Amino acid sequence: MTTLQIAVIGVLGLIGIGLYGLLIARNLIKVIVALQVLVKGALLALVAAGLASGKLNLGQSLAVMVIVVDTVVAVIGLALALQVKRRMGTLDIKDLSTLKK
Amino acid sequence: MSFLFAALTVAMLLCAFLAFRARHLIVSALWLAGCSAILSILMYLLGAYWIAVIELSVGAGLVTVLFVFAISIAGDESAEFRSSIPRPIALIISLVSIILLGFMTISSLIALPPATEATFSEVLWQQRGLDMLVQSGLLFAAVVGILGLLSEAKVPVEEKKTAPAKELQAGRPVVKPATAAAREAKA
Repeated sequence: MTTLQIAVIGVLGLIGIGLYGLLIARNLIKVIVALQVLVKGALLALVAAGLASGKLNLGQSLAVMVIVVDTVVAVIGLALALQVKRRMGTLDIKDLSTLKK
Repeated sequence: MSFLFAALTVAMLLCAFLAFRARHLIVSALWLAGCSAILSILMYLLGAYWIAVIELSVGAGLVTVLFVFAISIAGDESAEFRSSIPRPIALIISLVSIILLGFMTISSLIALPPATEATFSEVLWQQRGLDMLVQSGLLFAAVVGILGLLSEAKVPVEEKKTAPAKELQAGRPVVKPATAAAREAKA
């Protein structure tokens, strides 16, 4: 098994774990953690794709973009979670739902 | 080399799984930091040195500090491992996604020989220059958004409600206070 194939298996594992976490998480911060795991899979996929196509620098420059966007998403998500905690007193997604009331 | 890479991949997946399996949020953030650190080692082994350094400093450093800061403010409430949808359905959706993705990628995975490519700085600043501009704008927008989200508006509700009523009852015109505290309250 080559290094590239192992990297692709790692990508699949990260995406699977992130997706599973995103589906079952009820805590807002846990949702952001699952999103981070999902994006890490995308990062490794970009580097692996760059390596496979012989354009590693292009893959790296795209990965830089993904890291910046991911960090911004995490920061804004955490700030929103803090505001939700201050106003509602909980981070549970089911408790935040007001549509059923 | 291949064995080391496989062992690191397994360790990274284990960290990622424990990151949202952990009962306490702070432990979850630390497992995520471990996952980022191992991912950066994997990228270094793949030859992506620049992105490995950036991932180590941003993913394992900055994002972890942000998580710890947010958890310390929000309180480390023990998040029980309850699911919003039934776990078997979530597992089936995840497995189907992985199998489809793997079927599409692994079967057609052929490593091409490295082509003659520009250096990383040339690719980043010249070929992908627009991306860098977008990133700069995105960072500024994020900073403005964070300042707006984290700013606390402390409105003295009782004073604001009672003071104009007393003034009106006494027949005097309501004079708006011009102190700094009042301006903050208005904001």
